Amino acid sequence: MKSQRLQRVLVTSASSLLAVFVALCICAVILLITGKDPIQAYSTLFGAAGDVKVLQGTLNRATPLMISAAAVAIGFKMNLFNIGVEGQMRVALLATAVAGAAIDLPAPLHILFCLVVAMATGAIWAAFAGWLKVKRGVNEVISTIMLNFVALSLVAWAFDSFFTADNAPGVLLVKTKELPPSAWFPDIVDRRLNGMFFIAILVLVLFYVLVWKTKFGFQLRASGANPGAARVTGVNPKRMVMISMLMSGALAGLVGMRALLGDVHAYQNNLAEQQGFNGIAVALLGRNHPLGILISALLFGYLGEASGRLQLEDIPKEITTIMTGIIVLAVVIINEAVKRWDDKRIQHKAALALASRVVAE
Amino acid sequence: MSGNSESQSGPLAVELHRISKSFPGVIANYAIELMVRPGTIHAIVGENGAGKSTLMKTLYGMHQPDDGTITVNGHAVQFKTPTEAIAAGIGMVHQHFMLADNLTIIENIILGAEPTDNRGRINFGVARERIEVLMASLGATFDPGTNVSELGVGQRQRVEILKVLYRGAKILILDEPTAVLVPQEVEELFETLKRLVLDGSTVIFISHKLDEVLTYCDEITVMRQGTTVAHTTPAQVDRRTLAQLMVGSDLPDPSGRETEVGEDILLQVSGLNVASEIPGAKLALQNINITVHSGEIVGIAGVEGNGQFELCEAILGLRPKLSGTISVDSSELSESDTRTRREMGLSYIAFDRHREGLLLDAPLWENTFLGREENATLTAGPFMKNRSIEADSRVIIERFGVLTPSEQVPAFALSGGNQQKLVVGREMASNPKILLAAHPTRGVDVGAQSAIWDELRIARDRGLAVLLISADLEELIGLSDRILVMFDGHITAELDPNTATPEMLGTYMTGGEIVTSL
Repeated sequence: MKSQRLQRVLVTSASSLLAVFVALCICAVILLITGKDPIQAYSTLFGAAGDVKVLQGTLNRATPLMISAAAVAIGFKMNLFNIGVEGQMRVALLATAVAGAAIDLPAPLHILFCLVVAMATGAIWAAFAGWLKVKRGVNEVISTIMLNFVALSLVAWAFDSFFTADNAPGVLLVKTKELPPSAWFPDIVDRRLNGMFFIAILVLVLFYVLVWKTKFGFQLRASGANPGAARVTGVNPKRMVMISMLMSGALAGLVGMRALLGDVHAYQNNLAEQQGFNGIAVALLGRNHPLGILISALLFGYLGEASGRLQLEDIPKEITTIMTGIIVLAVVIINEAVKRWDDKRIQHKAALALASRVVAE
Repeated sequence: MSGNSESQSGPLAVELHRISKSFPGVIANYAIELMVRPGTIHAIVGENGAGKSTLMKTLYGMHQPDDGTITVNGHAVQFKTPTEAIAAGIGMVHQHFMLADNLTIIENIILGAEPTDNRGRINFGVARERIEVLMASLGATFDPGTNVSELGVGQRQRVEILKVLYRGAKILILDEPTAVLVPQEVEELFETLKRLVLDGSTVIFISHKLDEVLTYCDEITVMRQGTTVAHTTPAQVDRRTLAQLMVGSDLPDPSGRETEVGEDILLQVSGLNVASEIPGAKLALQNINITVHSGEIVGIAGVEGNGQFELCEAILGLRPKLSGTISVDSSELSESDTRTRREMGLSYIAFDRHREGLLLDAPLWENTFLGREENATLTAGPFMKNRSIEADSRVIIERFGVLTPSEQVPAFALSGGNQQKLVVGREMASNPKILLAAHPTRGVDVGAQSAIWDELRIARDRGLAVLLISADLEELIGLSDRILVMFDGHITAELDPNTATPEMLGTYMTGGEIVTSL
């Protein structure tokens, strides 16, 4: 009966592919309306796939998306919608930039120190939302959205007031004190692909093992699927909420690390902006599964990387942003429709299988 | 039997001929023949899953038959929606009440069919007048201005009937209306129905309780495995024959034990007080004392909501207690959490398998693993051993006769009876010392019921202590060694099942005539 599992995977993948296809069609219509040629636009967009540089850029862009989607997905597995990845990431970014620049350690340790600080601060910020839900019953959607605003403002204020480094004359962009090179996450492959990509892969692998292969992961999924049933077996739902919020926040803390440790080496406004929010879209398209997240992150990464090419053809690159948005909408709608259809199909098949067995008897 | 001659000459109220309907996941209807004479109470009996509800949904226009004809009062009809069925004078009283608690009786009744004046405002005066006329004809005495939240179960059902009558129904379909009622309320319901029939209405009464069908109904149509197998009257059949028609064999019998109750006290609850969830309300449980020995089944009778749920939650450690002690196998539990209590040998068949028993979207093998994460053969350290878990699941499926294509099927694809067998199987698989069984056979077919009863008996004979909470009085009387009645958070009576009758239980369950027996 392994075929049953395979069918589920196929149905799931097919519905996500369908969503992407629908989004491409809708965007084609939008392009037509605005007087552009969709075929030309798409061939430019996807023609870039042969370019090694574009592919390396894709992996770099996919890196934070994979981590932030994992952060969102681990909440989803427990029916928690952590919209606060962006805020958690931002708090972690500033904290790591400041702490990392303040100490001196040998290279691998320094990086490790930075990653730990990032995870800890992200987790602490997420813990507020978890605590509010557990103690006061505040819906985490509301609290994480609100905490995003708090985080953004707090970080902006702290950065402006305390942590801006003196600029070299003529440099307009304000930054924190630069991290020492021992904290830089090294590039691999021709100095173009940042090593954080492999950390992101590791995150997805660990996410898979934890959620699908361990007792804890089972309890997490059970609490998400039916909190009542999990509760009567002795799983403490409040504890699970707290733990999954902390894990989600810890991952959120890692999201900005490619930008910070692998690229800019200092905090600045707009660093890694939106990557926390984009993770939600990636998790939705990837159906909260590590493999799906990987593929979706690569797709979104590619769209972002290749969009620049569109401008050369005088097509606004924002079309890829629209496309991302439509993909998310289509995913939500199509997944629900496909799930209903598939549930009926499974029920029907089970009934048929039993009917034929009864007849056989 | 009210087989009056004039109605026999007139057209039938409802006639279904060769109705067939196939439907994914549900047993299909085929070759249905149903003839309901006007002015009668017509029972449709059959075990759960025989296709009664599918048939009634066809008649009520909730779906269209694949084949066959429906005739109402002599006219062939095709209902595309319930609205069309209502227009033809057919009304349905659902098993689960569909009332808005925070509205009054009047508001509930007119909801969706409000009488309005020419400026679109609701004319409550007109509504009240019409409703009072209808209530008088039913013999209902409550004030239609009351909030529904203040009504009891029997009264709520009366409101449901009024809702249907208000919309002009002359043919009423009642889907298992007595499932939620205690015996006294059942009697009142049938008095109401008799009045309706005298006023010229026709009642189609779906049930699987043979006693009430034989006592109160005029004609009976028996369904089995998706089709109608007999049409008869109470005068022509006795209980046994009807049961055999229904299941094609004998009804399972819950009674019978050859072993003795053991000596050891496995579960002891003393002086247990539990607060209500509503602040300021009286205690949910008050001074509860229960002792269950090894090999003993102690039944808890009671109308739902009288503290049974809170009792189970308190024993499981899911709900804090104010005072009192709970011990399992003579160790006090106060400090232990739910997980620890379960590992000490406490098992729980939850009240509602969908809300607390199953992960509906998850495959069966995950469902049989739920709550057994500490089982050393199914896990290795922090990891799940999926192969072993799947093999273990197959064993449970096999042993408890769960009908399923495989253990990979998600739980929602199974019928209610098979889902319940899976839950019972899982809870028994950990070899518990004590089983809290809440409605272990609710909503399951006769075959599954009999299988679950057998398993309970086998486990009991091996020394399992069972606290059986049930609304099925026959089950309680048949299986229990002692019966405790819960009312309003108290244990109000202890009865010997050998001498207890459903009527006696019903009296105690409604708080009436509390003579302290024993």
